[in-house]
Amino acid sequence: MTRLISLVALFALWQIAAHFANPRLLPAPMAVLAAMRSEAASGALFQALGVTLARVAAAFLLAMAVGSAIGYAMGRNALIDRAADTWVIVLLNLPALVIIVLAYIWVGLNEAAAIGAVALNKLPVTVVTIREGVRALDTRLDEMAHVFSFSPLKRLAHVVAPQLAPYFAAATRAGLSLVWKIVLVVELMGRPNGVGFEINTAFQLFDVPLLLAYALPFTAIMLVIETFAVQPFERHVSRWRPRAA
Amino acid sequence: MSRVGDRVRLEARVARKSFRTASGQSVSVLANLSFALEEGETGALIGPSGCGKSTLMRILAGLDRDFEGSVHLPIHGRVGMVFQEPRLLPWRSVEDNVRLAAPNISETEVAALFAALGLSDHRTHFPGELSVGLARRTALARAFAVRPTLLLLDEPFVSLDAPLARQLQRDLARLVESRGMITVLVTHDLDEAIALADRIFVLSARPAHVVDEIRVTTPRAAMSDKERKTIAGRIEALRDAP
Repeated sequence: MTRLISLVALFALWQIAAHFANPRLLPAPMAVLAAMRSEAASGALFQALGVTLARVAAAFLLAMAVGSAIGYAMGRNALIDRAADTWVIVLLNLPALVIIVLAYIWVGLNEAAAIGAVALNKLPVTVVTIREGVRALDTRLDEMAHVFSFSPLKRLAHVVAPQLAPYFAAATRAGLSLVWKIVLVVELMGRPNGVGFEINTAFQLFDVPLLLAYALPFTAIMLVIETFAVQPFERHVSRWRPRAA
Repeated sequence: MSRVGDRVRLEARVARKSFRTASGQSVSVLANLSFALEEGETGALIGPSGCGKSTLMRILAGLDRDFEGSVHLPIHGRVGMVFQEPRLLPWRSVEDNVRLAAPNISETEVAALFAALGLSDHRTHFPGELSVGLARRTALARAFAVRPTLLLLDEPFVSLDAPLARQLQRDLARLVESRGMITVLVTHDLDEAIALADRIFVLSARPAHVVDEIRVTTPRAAMSDKERKTIAGRIEALRDAP
């Protein structure tokens, strides 16, 4: 409910601002809606959204899977941690743009380079977050699992994973927004389709309504994923915590 | 090594167990400590605090292998352990905590165990919703559910109020006698040791070794106050000795 009101307030503010601004620079919500409708009617909007969403999903899953595995290994093993730490710090501080340009130069202007570059940008953030979670694992529960001869799979599912769930949720939340922002840059620089490509076209034409018509639906999709997937997941995994009365 | 046909027994011989402190010094915790228990017996380890009782328990549980000496566990040993803290999985219900440790347990057994420990109404509760006493009962239920051949109890009733501790001791004594496993109990409480154990091992201060072994031969239920006092007096005398 609060979320809905704040959303309405945002649109109201936009409407008022558009009233005073140059419509070429800041179009009113209705003008954007009209642009959205015409793009949707031609099917171009959905095609671009679909392509971008697929890239976001691929890069995100890749970075989460590989990043979690590396983060877990680094959190568990001091030697691996020391060996890989420098790499992680370098990767963490390498500008996204540098990684993208190098990926396109070295791998070529293709899908693998695009998704790989995005995943590589997200990877160190996942590693650091999951490593933090693994370091905070309760050794007393590990010992309990050892004494009662838990199998490795049982240990992972019932002892380790529940402790890492909050860190996983944090990595997901920070990751989705980061990945989608970088995917647009990748598309703008070297892909023939997707939201980033359409935004580039709108920029060339100086067409702000078109630009917003592509940007806003994607933001809305992210808001929906956050509300209906990430938050329910968090509630589910923390259901055992006693709630304050 | 035990030969085929030997009686099931626990034999612990720790020649030396030491820790390295942060400043690099080596501190002996256990030295020339040995004791043995036969099938069905309960042994109590009693000694000054910080003498290494918990360290010894970790060695028996197989959590610490960095020591000189040997521990001979019952063959095909299943270990059940109650730690000083309940160490339950907070994100699993009481019943799931028990079933995860003992996947093959039948519904009848679970029901009987929960009834014996007064947990029947708390099966679906999460550990965070339990009182300290109930959490400790759950830890006991988990240890019994695996049908252990070796049961390790590290001060299972510490920090409970006296009536509750007595109640749990009675429950524990009943379960221990109905099973026929080897039980090792660490305790500070003399009465608890006398009430539960067949043999009491009195440990010295660091580095700990067994100063004396006291056999409690009288059946627990039939023991008179006088006998109880005699044993307690003997242990007190050992404790005060330099």
